[in-house]
Amino acid sequence: MKPRQSNFWKVFGTPTVIALFTAAGLFAALLGDGIWDALSWLGLGIPAVLALRGLLQRR
Amino acid sequence: MKSKTIRRWSFVHTWTSLICTVFLLLLALTGLPLIFHHEIDHLLGDAPQVKELPADTPRLNLQQLVEAAQKHRPGEALQYFGFEDDEPNAVLTIMAATPGSEPNSSHTFMLDARTGEALETPSANGGFMLTMLRLHVDMFAGLPGKLWLAFMGLLFVVAIVSGTVLYLPFMRRLKFATVRQDKSTRLRWLDLHNLIGVVTLTWALVVGVTGVISACADLLIAAWRNDSLSAMVAPYRDAPPLTQLAPATRLLDIASDVAPGMQPDFIAFPGTRFSSEHHYAVFMKGSTHLTSHLLTPVLIDASTLHVTAVAERPWYMDAMGMSQPLHFGDYGGMPMKILWATLDGLTIVVLGSGVYLWVVRRRVAKPVLENVESVA
Repeated sequence: MKPRQSNFWKVFGTPTVIALFTAAGLFAALLGDGIWDALSWLGLGIPAVLALRGLLQRR
Repeated sequence: MKSKTIRRWSFVHTWTSLICTVFLLLLALTGLPLIFHHEIDHLLGDAPQVKELPADTPRLNLQQLVEAAQKHRPGEALQYFGFEDDEPNAVLTIMAATPGSEPNSSHTFMLDARTGEALETPSANGGFMLTMLRLHVDMFAGLPGKLWLAFMGLLFVVAIVSGTVLYLPFMRRLKFATVRQDKSTRLRWLDLHNLIGVVTLTWALVVGVTGVISACADLLIAAWRNDSLSAMVAPYRDAPPLTQLAPATRLLDIASDVAPGMQPDFIAFPGTRFSSEHHYAVFMKGSTHLTSHLLTPVLIDASTLHVTAVAERPWYMDAMGMSQPLHFGDYGGMPMKILWATLDGLTIVVLGSGVYLWVVRRRVAKPVLENVESVA
């Protein structure tokens, strides 16, 4: 049985956006310095911050 | 997803991860200092101090540098000269007992390009950082070690893919980034394992795959020697071994003439695994950011100094070239290195929590699966 489409995107929507940001970040810094480096910091910063936030949050 | 399907993926995820976890932990831990090897070398005073001289100080030509190297280590053979953008006044020099000596028995140092003075680079030849590097690259086990780690990398990729498939049934009823703090330690770590795993997914896949490619470098280089190099040097097959090399003085000019717009990356002296018995090979890199990772070898006859061939770059050598920055994380300044280290640390958390979840699930008779099904 295939998961219903809405269900799939409900679960994988946000992770897909994060994955695209990470991939863009990894690629950006290969293209140049300055603004390209900054883009890579943004792209790699998003997963790092989200993971750390989950890890450090306490009730 | 049927519970039988989930169980199958769960089996794949559990066992691929468990088998590779110990090695992945080793790679993640030794990789951490390697991200900052440049900074650590400076801190430990292992980085060579290239003298400040007036900008117009004349530079030695390549043959003079060859002689300086031979004076520094008499009786040894030159293997490579490397050129680094961030140290234009020095030439990275690698020498060994014979040109064909394997890389781990070579001696690396730098030559001041203006004075010919030798500057030692201790961390390239021994000590803490080299130990970290060897543990990371081949666990001191040579080619079998590299291939074993490549296999562990492949298992890691399968673990990531199967983990992503399992993310769906686990998260169906939960909002993204939910971490249940109040139920049990196990649920908290299950949620953290899922959250950190899914957000670091792309980075881990890229570092994993590029690591596997780098681990297969020896095989790729051997394939390149078989495919491209052997055809180009075929006419030299029966030529007698060289007793005297033509001077290296003009090698870079000769290479630049046939590879216009490119920059020299390194020179392989005759007899190494990047050259032939009868050729210098000058490896030229592209001059844009992206193409600076792609190398084109120019083969120069070591007795006549005529260009024998500008070698084609097979796709797998390009893949190897692009894998390096994407694995090292050294192409986006210090903030990128810090992010690389953070993501590396987060991977350690995912590995550790994975083992913890497996242990807890075995100890408590209640399998994780039941839990998924009750949640789903």
